[in-house]
Amino acid sequence: MGNAIFSKGVVGLYAYIIRRMLMLIPVLIGMSIITFSIVHAIPGDPTKVILGDKATPEQVALVKENLGLDKPWYTQYFQYMKGVLTGDLGTSLITKRPISEEIRPFLAATFELSMVAMLFAFIFGINLGVLSAWRHNSWLDYGTMIIALIGVSIPVFWLGLMELWFFAQYLDLLPSYGRVDPRLGFVGITNFYLLDSILYGDVTYLKDVIMHLILPAIALGTIPMAIIARMTRSSMLEVMHSDYIRTARAKGLSEFWVIYKHTLKNAFMPILTVVGLQMGLLLGGAVLTETIFSWPGVGSYIYNAIHARDYPVIQSGILVLATIFVCINLLVDLLYGWIDPRIQYEKE
Amino acid sequence: MFKKSFLIISIVMIMILSAFVTGCVDKQNAGDAAAKTLIYGRGADSISLDPAQVTDGESLKVTRQIFDTLVQYKEHNTEVIPALAEKWEQSEDGKTWTFYLRKGVKFHDGTDFNADAVVYNFNRWMDPKHPEHKGGEFPYYAYMFGGYLGDDGHVIKAVTAVDAHTVKFELNFTSGPFLNNLAMPPFAIASPTAVKADPVEFNQNPVGTGAFKIAENGWKKNDAITLIKNDNFWQKGFPLMDKLIYKSIPDNAARFTALQAGDIDMMDGMNPDDSKTVKQNDALALHIRPGMNIAYLAFNTEKKPFDNPKVRQALNMAVNKQGIINSFYANMAEPAINPMPNVLWGYNDSVIDYEYNIEKAKQLLAEAGHPNGFEVEFYAMQDPRPYMPNGKKVAEYMQQDFAKIGVKTKIVSYDWQTYKDRVGKGEHQMALFGWIGDNGDPDNFLYVLLDKDNTRTPDAGNISFYRSEPLHSILIEAQRSTDQSARSALYEKAQDIIKKDAPWIPLVHATVPEAARSDVKGWRPHPTGSEPLYNVSISK
Repeated sequence: MGNAIFSKGVVGLYAYIIRRMLMLIPVLIGMSIITFSIVHAIPGDPTKVILGDKATPEQVALVKENLGLDKPWYTQYFQYMKGVLTGDLGTSLITKRPISEEIRPFLAATFELSMVAMLFAFIFGINLGVLSAWRHNSWLDYGTMIIALIGVSIPVFWLGLMELWFFAQYLDLLPSYGRVDPRLGFVGITNFYLLDSILYGDVTYLKDVIMHLILPAIALGTIPMAIIARMTRSSMLEVMHSDYIRTARAKGLSEFWVIYKHTLKNAFMPILTVVGLQMGLLLGGAVLTETIFSWPGVGSYIYNAIHARDYPVIQSGILVLATIFVCINLLVDLLYGWIDPRIQYEKE
Repeated sequence: MFKKSFLIISIVMIMILSAFVTGCVDKQNAGDAAAKTLIYGRGADSISLDPAQVTDGESLKVTRQIFDTLVQYKEHNTEVIPALAEKWEQSEDGKTWTFYLRKGVKFHDGTDFNADAVVYNFNRWMDPKHPEHKGGEFPYYAYMFGGYLGDDGHVIKAVTAVDAHTVKFELNFTSGPFLNNLAMPPFAIASPTAVKADPVEFNQNPVGTGAFKIAENGWKKNDAITLIKNDNFWQKGFPLMDKLIYKSIPDNAARFTALQAGDIDMMDGMNPDDSKTVKQNDALALHIRPGMNIAYLAFNTEKKPFDNPKVRQALNMAVNKQGIINSFYANMAEPAINPMPNVLWGYNDSVIDYEYNIEKAKQLLAEAGHPNGFEVEFYAMQDPRPYMPNGKKVAEYMQQDFAKIGVKTKIVSYDWQTYKDRVGKGEHQMALFGWIGDNGDPDNFLYVLLDKDNTRTPDAGNISFYRSEPLHSILIEAQRSTDQSARSALYEKAQDIIKKDAPWIPLVHATVPEAARSDVKGWRPHPTGSEPLYNVSISK
């Protein structure tokens, strides 16, 4: 397909990407200030976790000094930002290990789960939406939209617990926790377990990893699925009444071809926006799912850090998530141009 | 067409993103199907596996398997029995203790356990100038042994090796709880070779003498810790399992589901209501952990109207403890009479609790000059605690009884960190609080929670700010004495004084229901919160 991005608008595209990247800086700085002030405004501090309930004030003072917590907040903030700008995400106050190293397996776990959840949401959401639009105002349409409505309103933790009860306990079909059966002694290579089990070439591992992904992916993917289904339906309905669809039908094209090629493709722009936004939300919003399915992802990493008042971890964890969020948005914006060549990135 | 491209692009993206974290690891041989594996499900991960650095139960639960202490607690109570030390003796003046160590014990790294190793560990903990006094703050050491070397209250003067298997402890003054302290899991003996190699990273790669050792790459953060059998464990024939896995499952309900599904073998942190399900299910067995804890309501005796003992006594009469236990503990608790549980020696059986009697309470309140009652703020914690499953609900329950005697309460609640901070500063008028014992010594309850020494803010242990001179002199005398029966008598006397002054309403001692698959044999939950699992097995 003739892509505007790659033909006439190359310079414009680069300029656009660079501009977007530069805009990222104030966004991230603003966000880091907000996070920093919030986590420092909540009472309590990490010394309680390090020293336990029973520490003396002298011990607390000593530890605060060692950790640099006795300095005013703005000094702490500048020290932290200095590190970040040189690529150092800091060290966990509790585990005393570098965050950039510690966060990797968590990030990989969340990423893997989000991708699979998104895949689920994408495939089911689009098809349900298409189905619904295709048989507009029929029982099929109503049925699908009721499913979507339930999907949007169902609390994730409830859905997760019900899944656990039904599939793990009652039917005993699927595992109830984690990414892999700990009895297998699976050791990750890349921390993307799906990929790892393929690299190992071991079917047992692959099967186990997939089984572990099913329930949390459904729990996490249900809301985006419902949102995508609704968006697909309304967007499809708009397009379906246009002249060229009627022409396509008149031409004698098969119904499948009309719906999936002509209608869906032209209805795809708003759907893509939703998918992009949901992807970002999934990455950051997996905390509940991660908690219920004991998924060792970045959500649980930050959640534990909040409990321990591990400031650098909270700070850097959110920074990393926000960066990913913004990058995904950028990616989606770029995809617009790829899908719809009429969109240009030049600013006239 | 674009859908196909989209798919391809997605796959390429995943692969690119994967590539940057790619390392290279050989396939591990850990997946041995025949290995006898026990999976222990729990609410949170450990913080560190260097026992000397931690104060949290989740860390100590695991280090208890990897390490041994000189002496240990008996299976059911807090009486002290031999472990790495076979026997010990105390000098006449009580200031010198000699421990005779077990011979032929080896650390997981193959080095010998001996007197030098014991001396090394104690020096590392106590001396801030020690080259390996690193990796953390050694908080429990400072807390149980009165600070570090050179501090005023420091208990230990010196630890020396008499010969390869004899260690002598010289104390600055006699210390009643000394032996009980040594049995605590934080004071476990680590391999000096391994600590010297890297005192900070030691917490990731712990090396002890225990029944289990950590597997290679055995710790996946927030996920699971895998321990494997120590074939050279000094108790011959043990441990009974090949592998012991601690799996973090944060949600109580999800953890219980995993147990019912057979995905884990045992668990702690069960919702009390689930104990009914356990009883009905033949595949599961209930295990009761005796409570070495107390939940109480503390009156701030510095603030009106609670500076008046009669007011405090009146409120003591207006609390229905059995009602609280039935409603909120699913019967998994005992009413508290004294400020310490009866699994501790020195417990005073002859103390009689204030009777639950609204009329008498009203009368006493009138005598105290409050015939029409008063209004107060009532602090209750938001988060569940081991001794208090639902602070706000318990407070609401008590609120109704207090209202009957004219005391109107406004319940104030904060998250746990904030709550502790505020209460430790004495901001409350009255507050729900609790304590989990450390070493099984009465000093650890009475002195810590009710002596005037511990009213220092901002981290007061005595949140009643109750300052009784007679009590103080008894507690100090008991602390310095080494004769257990004399100490026992002193603590009994202390409990009488406390009952009369009523700085608290002692509420309950929570017993903790835990559950396992019924084929798990030999598990006996200990009141201290962590127990060795070398004698636990699965009969299949």
